[in-house]
Amino acid sequence: MNEGLIIAIIIGISIAAVPLIFAAIGELLVERSGVLNLGVEGMMIVGALAGFVVEFHTGSSFLAVLAALLAGMAIASIFAFLTQILLTNHVATGLALTLFGLGIAAFVGRSYTEENIELISALHIPVLSDLPVIGPLLFSYNPLVYLAFVMVFLVWWFLFKTKQGLILRAIGDNHDAAHAIGHNVVRYRVLAILFGGAMAGIGGAFLSLVQVPIWGEDMTAGRGWIALALVVFSSWQPFKVILGALIFGGITILQLHAQGFDVRISAQYLSMLPYIATIVILVSLRMRDKNKTNRTMPNCLGRIFHSTS
Amino acid sequence: MKYQLEIQNITKSYGNLKANDEISLNIKPASIHALLGENGAGKSTLVKVIYGSLQPDSGQMQWCGEGYSPKSPFDAREQGIAMVFQHFSLFDSLTVAENIILGLDDISLDTDFTEQITKYSKQYGLDINPQQVVGDLSVGARQRVEIIRCLMQNPKLLIMDEPTSVLTPQEVTDLFITLRKLAEDGCAILYISHKLEEVRQICTQATILRGGKLVQNCNPQDYNKQELAEMMIGKKLIQLARSNITTGQDIFSINNLGRKSEDIFGVDLHDISLTIKKGSIVGIAGVAGNGQDELMELLIGEVEAPAESLVFKDEDIGRLNSHQRRQLSMFFIPEERLGHGAVPDMGLHENMLLSRPQQSEMTNYGVINWQNVEKLTQQVIDDFKVQTQSSKMLAKSLSGGNLQKFMVGRELIQNPELLIVSQPTWGVDAGSENNIHQSLIALADQGSAILIISQDLDEILTLCEQIHVLSEGSLSAAVDMKDNGLAKISNLMVGSEKQ
Repeated sequence: MNEGLIIAIIIGISIAAVPLIFAAIGELLVERSGVLNLGVEGMMIVGALAGFVVEFHTGSSFLAVLAALLAGMAIASIFAFLTQILLTNHVATGLALTLFGLGIAAFVGRSYTEENIELISALHIPVLSDLPVIGPLLFSYNPLVYLAFVMVFLVWWFLFKTKQGLILRAIGDNHDAAHAIGHNVVRYRVLAILFGGAMAGIGGAFLSLVQVPIWGEDMTAGRGWIALALVVFSSWQPFKVILGALIFGGITILQLHAQGFDVRISAQYLSMLPYIATIVILVSLRMRDKNKTNRTMPNCLGRIFHSTS
Repeated sequence: MKYQLEIQNITKSYGNLKANDEISLNIKPASIHALLGENGAGKSTLVKVIYGSLQPDSGQMQWCGEGYSPKSPFDAREQGIAMVFQHFSLFDSLTVAENIILGLDDISLDTDFTEQITKYSKQYGLDINPQQVVGDLSVGARQRVEIIRCLMQNPKLLIMDEPTSVLTPQEVTDLFITLRKLAEDGCAILYISHKLEEVRQICTQATILRGGKLVQNCNPQDYNKQELAEMMIGKKLIQLARSNITTGQDIFSINNLGRKSEDIFGVDLHDISLTIKKGSIVGIAGVAGNGQDELMELLIGEVEAPAESLVFKDEDIGRLNSHQRRQLSMFFIPEERLGHGAVPDMGLHENMLLSRPQQSEMTNYGVINWQNVEKLTQQVIDDFKVQTQSSKMLAKSLSGGNLQKFMVGRELIQNPELLIVSQPTWGVDAGSENNIHQSLIALADQGSAILIISQDLDEILTLCEQIHVLSEGSLSAAVDMKDNGLAKISNLMVGSEKQ
């Protein structure tokens, strides 16, 4: 294999990882607050559609990303209202959100199938981007890729270096105690859910604005679910999300290249790889942790908070 | 300034229920003031009003002589009121330091206050390591964390909600030293409890509540334990005594039972042997954490034991699970009420059914006869004075003491031939304690055998005629009570006398 191909593969892996990083880091914060939102897939596809539509009509990538962010938040706010105000079950509501998102995207997106947009182009930083090897590897992505990594850092910083982050973790650990000492459980959770929606929205938009120039209703292809698995894989530690996303991204890209190299396994089996890997990794994590108490998992995850006083 | 906090005619209702009805009390600065009452007397409601998590329907409060009406715990803390909760206020996954920061409003995260924590912990004898994760701490250590969290706010009033209900006797002694020191330093303490002996020991003022109403403001040291208990429950306590101790042949024995604990914090059991006769009440005394939990798991059948190490009615039952043991008329009341003793998210009636042997009047060929279930549940509720709105209330919605009454009743009405019970009156108030003790005695008088594992030495001394002590996983022989038995038991409990 030549150098160019290796660089191409590494870039491909990073690009494939970015939507997962966005969606997973948002969900990580949500789960740290004790909320389980299974609607990631739905929020991603709505974000992808909003981004595509706005880009198509305005041609402004900035507005497109902003629209995706707002669309993700809007659909997350439904979830927030249902689970935090009306106290509905997190799992059922999350699943409904996914189905709702997929349905809306298919419906609104119908008139955009056949349409093309111009993909967001990569940055070109003078000097840095022109360096051999390092230039293409580190300094020639589009801005959203850098944003993804910055968001991971910000979420880590927020969770572990700020008082608000500590309160959010405390709420995820024991919402009754947090309430008893006077913290507003519902407000923190609603804000976390909205943040999760925004991140999933951008993650979705990355698919439609950076990876594929045409609209397809199965654009997310289960990436929301993989993002959910990634949160578990990361054991709710932000930086491990990057590691996990790169592994899953890697498998996705490698199977594409394997198909290109005419590996004698049918393409369908190869496309299954990332999903099979998800299951294998989750099971093996569980086997490893079976004997020790999994302390990183938020205790109140998915539990409904009834304010008693 | 005469009083730290004055409370006048506070009333708070939930629907038709008046949880607090015109309650008044005054707390002097630097005093330890007891708030006494049974489960459901309105203690918690009153405290929530003081701490700002509830707003009263009517009535006023004065703090240092000025009007005080907190809208939230933040207001209360700002004035210098701190509270140590009975449960749910620590975060298991966070460190001690993080837990403390969470209770402090104006401290940012980068302030290095490990030093401050250490300072308070030294000053008040509250031994704690700020970097430890709270989930790994013992109950006593958790409470120390809570107290330090409160002390760091330099409170003028510290509210403690049943602080000793989960502590070992040694931890209680340590706590009292801390509290006295605090009061000397000028902090008033509102001490909520139903343990009368303790209250008489450390409190100089007491307010007694019953059914949401004020019974009396008094000095608890002017009354004896029984008088206080009778004021609390509003009627005479029944003197307990076994009418006729007629023991029959051996019904249950533990033979050289040992166990290696899988848990790093667990205790290994060594060579435990014990025999129980029909009609006798046998007690296992000992400080918590000396192998009680491990032993109870083996007795209940949650963990398998060698077949012949447990013998019930001449049958080796070590390998049977708890359901099979129940079929043989062996019944259990575990210590942990939610999770082991009852399913928290199920109704009382469902919990009633779950502990039944397969064949019973509640089922017909496996089909549930809900009418009978209802009837029996209601019977337990009535007989044991369980305070609940209906037999369908979720187990977790009952207060600890109430649920305990229900669980004791649930097992007792099955007329077990052997009842094994851990901490039968843990968290239960004086009236109900009296009631539970009476029922246990009545059961034994009928000829059933009872094994009680309890930390409450008074309870064991009152009820049991054969007493063993569990210490560091070893069980003593039965203690001869005639020959200075109490001193022997105490020595065995602290492990200073080996056999």
